[in-house]
Amino acid sequence: MAEIVKRNKALSVNPLKASQPTGGSLACLGFDRAIPMLHGSQGCTAFAKVFFVRHFREPIPLQTTAMDQASSVLGADENVIEGIKAIAEKSNPALIAVLTTGLAETQGCDVHRNLREFRERYPEYAHVAVVAVNTPDFTGCVETGYAATIYEIVKALVPDAASAGTQPGIRQRQVNCLVSPMLTPGDLEALRDLIEQFNLRPVLVPDLSDSLDGSLTDDDFSPVTIGGTPVSELATLGEAKATLVIGASLRKSGQLLQEKTGVPSHYFDHLYGLQANDALIMALADISEMPVPQKIERQRAQLQDAMLDTHFMLGQLRVAIAADPDQLNALIHLVQGMGAEVVAAICAGNTPVLASAPVDSIKIGDLEDLEVMAKERKAQLLIGNSHAVASAERLGIPILRIGFPLYDVIGGYQKTWIGYRGSRQSLFDLANLVINFAHEEIEPYYSPYAQKPESERQTCAPSCH
Amino acid sequence: MKSTKDIAELLDEPACEHNKKEKSGCAKPKPGSAAGGCAFDGAQIALLPIADVAHIVHGPIACAGSSWDNRGTRSSGSQLYRIGMTTDLTEQDVVMGRSEKRLFHAIKQAVETYNPPAVFIYNTCVPALVGDDINATCKSAAERWGVPVVPIDCAGFYGTKNLGNRIAGDAMVNHVIGTRDPDPLPLGTERPGIKVHDVNLVGEYNIAGEFWHVLPLLDEMGLRVLCTLSGDARFREVQTMHKAEVNMMVCSKAMVNVARKLQQSYGTPWFEGSFYGITDTSLALRDFARVINDADLIERTEAIIAREENRIRAALAPWKERLKGKRVLLFTGGVKSWSVISALQDLGMVVVATGTKKSTEEDKARIRELMGEETLMIEDGSPKALLKVVADYKADILIAGGRNMYTALKARIPFLDINQEREFGYEGYQGMLELVRQLALTLESPVWEAVRATPPWRSAGLKKSNTVVEQEPVAARAA
Repeated sequence: MAEIVKRNKALSVNPLKASQPTGGSLACLGFDRAIPMLHGSQGCTAFAKVFFVRHFREPIPLQTTAMDQASSVLGADENVIEGIKAIAEKSNPALIAVLTTGLAETQGCDVHRNLREFRERYPEYAHVAVVAVNTPDFTGCVETGYAATIYEIVKALVPDAASAGTQPGIRQRQVNCLVSPMLTPGDLEALRDLIEQFNLRPVLVPDLSDSLDGSLTDDDFSPVTIGGTPVSELATLGEAKATLVIGASLRKSGQLLQEKTGVPSHYFDHLYGLQANDALIMALADISEMPVPQKIERQRAQLQDAMLDTHFMLGQLRVAIAADPDQLNALIHLVQGMGAEVVAAICAGNTPVLASAPVDSIKIGDLEDLEVMAKERKAQLLIGNSHAVASAERLGIPILRIGFPLYDVIGGYQKTWIGYRGSRQSLFDLANLVINFAHEEIEPYYSPYAQKPESERQTCAPSCH
Repeated sequence: MKSTKDIAELLDEPACEHNKKEKSGCAKPKPGSAAGGCAFDGAQIALLPIADVAHIVHGPIACAGSSWDNRGTRSSGSQLYRIGMTTDLTEQDVVMGRSEKRLFHAIKQAVETYNPPAVFIYNTCVPALVGDDINATCKSAAERWGVPVVPIDCAGFYGTKNLGNRIAGDAMVNHVIGTRDPDPLPLGTERPGIKVHDVNLVGEYNIAGEFWHVLPLLDEMGLRVLCTLSGDARFREVQTMHKAEVNMMVCSKAMVNVARKLQQSYGTPWFEGSFYGITDTSLALRDFARVINDADLIERTEAIIAREENRIRAALAPWKERLKGKRVLLFTGGVKSWSVISALQDLGMVVVATGTKKSTEEDKARIRELMGEETLMIEDGSPKALLKVVADYKADILIAGGRNMYTALKARIPFLDINQEREFGYEGYQGMLELVRQLALTLESPVWEAVRATPPWRSAGLKKSNTVVEQEPVAARAA
């Protein structure tokens, strides 16, 4: 239903969007002993690294093909092949994701051919999984780069039923989960917990809650990720009972996985709010053939109670939101379900899910657009990443921080938004911002006749002449 | 401690209709089935909005500890009233008879730290029972520290909250009102051809600043509000209340003794009115002009009423469409039912029943006049009874004090809070806009459908867990 308003200005001011290779890196970082390698100049990697280090407050393994002037002009095939080899040789990774950048794509690289050449030239590294993904930064956003990488990983690393002889449901209690980048490590832990309550074994693809959850390990240093989905698990996906696809951006990957393995995919655009979680719990009850645990029913009733308590603060609240597509759609559903009005919806990129979002229009734009629209339409609350904090300050309204990057708070990456419990906390957080910062009070009126004490009379300048 | 005779005198209020007929309001609380506050509660609530006074609660912690800074009243200047002060009496103080001494030093500390124009002392049960002479302590403290110290003898066991309101009013009449003459009119406020008249409002608490919707209109009419007792008031304003030409009792009988005593002692006429709803706001403005009886003022007032009514009716039109025909169960405590009824009827809403627990016979007659003979009057305000009425009369919304909020919400019924703790101001013409906004907010909220929905796995006929207790939510709203 939403009209998608495309970018209509030359200059992007205070960008909301981060690049596709950044998103692709994030997907790769959710696998165990993995390392992304950006095919571009060194800066592409350095910036992405800083972006993640500030957000997760963790060391981030990230490599580069380090294209220089010569290779940019004459061809960088060798950079890719030798780059993969160097990492394979030095770091003994389980997975390398080669992600192209705008520079490499403009130059006309063919990373898939490079990968084949690498395999021919260095058969000794056949055990190292390598995927090549086209993620130029001149299109898409974090979410699309992430989705493209997951698609490529499913395509390259999940064996199809015919050749591998896998059969859906052999592992009766296994449930695969393809998870969108809108899910934080905290969300993934909550999702895992929900699934386990139905006596099911979740395999999260990818699993940032095991690699970037901020835990101390025994190793001082590792050039690759510690934790995450084991690459070997990918071979078992075809034997699972079902796949849950969380996030509209991964729909295509879910379809591919089902085509390859025959394991049925269940699709969820998001897991914010009552209805979305009802659908998830229904699916889990169905897949597990188990009754819904009492604990979960109670959490549902708690969310309902929170909805009642917070509808006074959130009803008719004018909200402005900036996010990547999956998350924007989820947040729109969450706040509109509470009676709030989304007066500005800004998205980093355009994907099919946006058109179905229940708002009049969505602007593909930047944080300046957010700020201008929020001001014009008298928004009372912002929802966005840490970059939007300055906008909120200029607008004089509170902000709920969500998305990428969150660099001005500690533990933002760990916050849980999904499930009945996470949704409840989100409503509390929103309502508290309204109570403490967005409550519109009646302006004090100073009567010119009033006999207030001398000390108070200076304050009534405008109306007392 | 007040004598039984003092209390009996306070309870005998000739200006209150309860005095003449059925005494439903001042009836003795019944052990085991009493609700509402005590005399201390009532006295504190009545006077706390006087913003620049140091309000000291003399007693152990229970009295102030759970009641300070718990009111929606607002001040345009001094915020001293929001500082909680109590003598926090200890066992030692009580046993050793040191509470008076502690009070004396507490007053000193308050004066030295905050330099208030006056200190109010609220006496509570324990010091009243052990026999503290707070009148004497206040008197000597006032002499010693050079600041007026007003004793408000309002021990909880004296009686109900309503009695406490009267004790508070009495204390103002006896100790504060008449101790200073009003300031001359400020320079530069004269307007040619307009004679400024002095007035008071009694029982106006400026909840959420709502009186600021009305005050500009009074200014425009040429009425100087010497004092509102007690919303956004200052001590020096209370002192001058005896010089008003007319007093308006706002919407409540709580401090009617103030109006009556001011009439007795100073001959000031008074009338009763309300600023809730268009009709009542206009009526109140007219009543000021009528009682003052200045032809010029009457004319000016009519012009203001006409302008404001037109403006607000236009602004309300789109909202009225949304609220028209919605059914309301009104259960009010402090705010008079009839005044809210007219506000709701102005919006085209249907009031299906109203609470009359605190209403007088006169109020009830007025309610019948507004709503017809058939109207249901509810005396029993228990949650169960209220929910039954909501269901039986197919009410869309419950409008009541905050205490009933969770009764409504737990039964999944839309709710509007109209009590003193609320955060929104509904007074005056402008306040109607906020009222409709809040009504629409809760009535139109999408959460109702969601919270009434049973878990889908129950209706889907899945195998049920033994541990899950079957329980359908209360189907209170037969939509």
